[in-house]
Amino acid sequence: MKKITTPLTKKEIARLKAGDEVLLSGVIYTARDQAHRRLNEEIKNGRKLPLNIKGEAIYYCGPTKTPRGKIIGACGPTTSSRMDAFTPLLLKSGLKGMIGKGVRSEEVARAIKKYRAVYFLALAGCGALLSKYVRKAKAVAYPELGPEAIYKLEVKDFPLIVGIDAKGRGVYAKD
Amino acid sequence: MKIISADKIKNAVSDLCVRANLVLRGDVLGALKSAYLSETNNRAKRILEAIIRNASIAQKEKIAICQDTGLPYVFAELGNGLHVRGDLIKAINAGVEAGYRKASLRNSVVRNPLQRARPVYTPAVIHIDAVKGDKLKLTVFPKGFGAENKSQIKMFNPTAAISEIRKFILEAVKAAGPDACPPYVVGVGIGGTADYAMYLAKKALLRRISKGASGMERALLKEINNLNIGPMGLGGKTTCLGVNVETYPTHIAGLPVAVNISCHALRSATAIL
Repeated sequence: MKKITTPLTKKEIARLKAGDEVLLSGVIYTARDQAHRRLNEEIKNGRKLPLNIKGEAIYYCGPTKTPRGKIIGACGPTTSSRMDAFTPLLLKSGLKGMIGKGVRSEEVARAIKKYRAVYFLALAGCGALLSKYVRKAKAVAYPELGPEAIYKLEVKDFPLIVGIDAKGRGVYAKD
Repeated sequence: MKIISADKIKNAVSDLCVRANLVLRGDVLGALKSAYLSETNNRAKRILEAIIRNASIAQKEKIAICQDTGLPYVFAELGNGLHVRGDLIKAINAGVEAGYRKASLRNSVVRNPLQRARPVYTPAVIHIDAVKGDKLKLTVFPKGFGAENKSQIKMFNPTAAISEIRKFILEAVKAAGPDACPPYVVGVGIGGTADYAMYLAKKALLRRISKGASGMERALLKEINNLNIGPMGLGGKTTCLGVNVETYPTHIAGLPVAVNISCHALRSATAIL
């Protein structure tokens, strides 16, 4: 089992192969549909992003409310393909990692290869279990979006599988 | 005539929302455990183990099984000998909101599907049936949208062969592929009208899985599990935990077939008042 940390370095990304099981520690940022739309608009309009995405990893996740006494509620991945249209521009802007579930478009796979990034799969439908790997959670942008706000999560040994590596190779069997 | 207060209904719905989202259905957990035992692909087995562990953590620590606590779908069967004092629909929605707040579930509903402003808890999608008797049967079904997005409907010719229908269902599961949290439970509705077929498909998901499976259900289950999609779409023979088919009479000119897929976190809870 490989251990990796964020921000993701070129070297660390280069040694990951599709299918590898890895444990990720460090900061990751949640962002799903509406946050992706906004981030794209900000980039297109030349505005400053509410977070620095260079070298960072985005987690496609909208957690539940936080139960009393917990750090975070259930926080599993949502379907990645809904973010496909917004992803190449984020990669062009320096994003290096994405965490979600399911297949990505050909265009995203090409962009991952072009910008030497990586797409991870998280345990799908295991939001309660994954909450155990989160050490800190805080909304850092777009709080008005509720569960779709951008949360900064500090994770320790968050279990992932490499879905698409920096060479553009994918883990899913092709038809 | 027996009387039931809106408040009692609200409290029951609230409890059902909490139970459905925190405690995985016994039949689903049972199916996951037997899949774990029979799965031969090592990675698939480890993922199934994590899914089972997730259910146990959710129940013990009162954390939602999945962060997508669904679009709350509520079925109510109201006996004709029972009078509701107050507004049944308001009571159901108030119960949903109370339960979702109490268990820190997710507010995943947008009031306007086009403007998509800040998410809230309600309204639920509510189906009310009139039945005999003096009871009210309530079922809360939080439907996750990753799987709901994979719904399909096809209006077949009345002369279509069963094999064509099976192929359509199989293709719907293939199209869902790794995206919607396999292993799936597949609900199929055959007959009625376009909308009613989809309603049947959804209702089919409420039936206990692996119980009294018909020949068609067993054959579909086998075919789907031969697709090698597997848990998280990473291969294995556990692609589907169960197939439930519901049918209804239809028109001489048509044969509607609807597929409503559930992720492995198929959640529902029922109470009879």
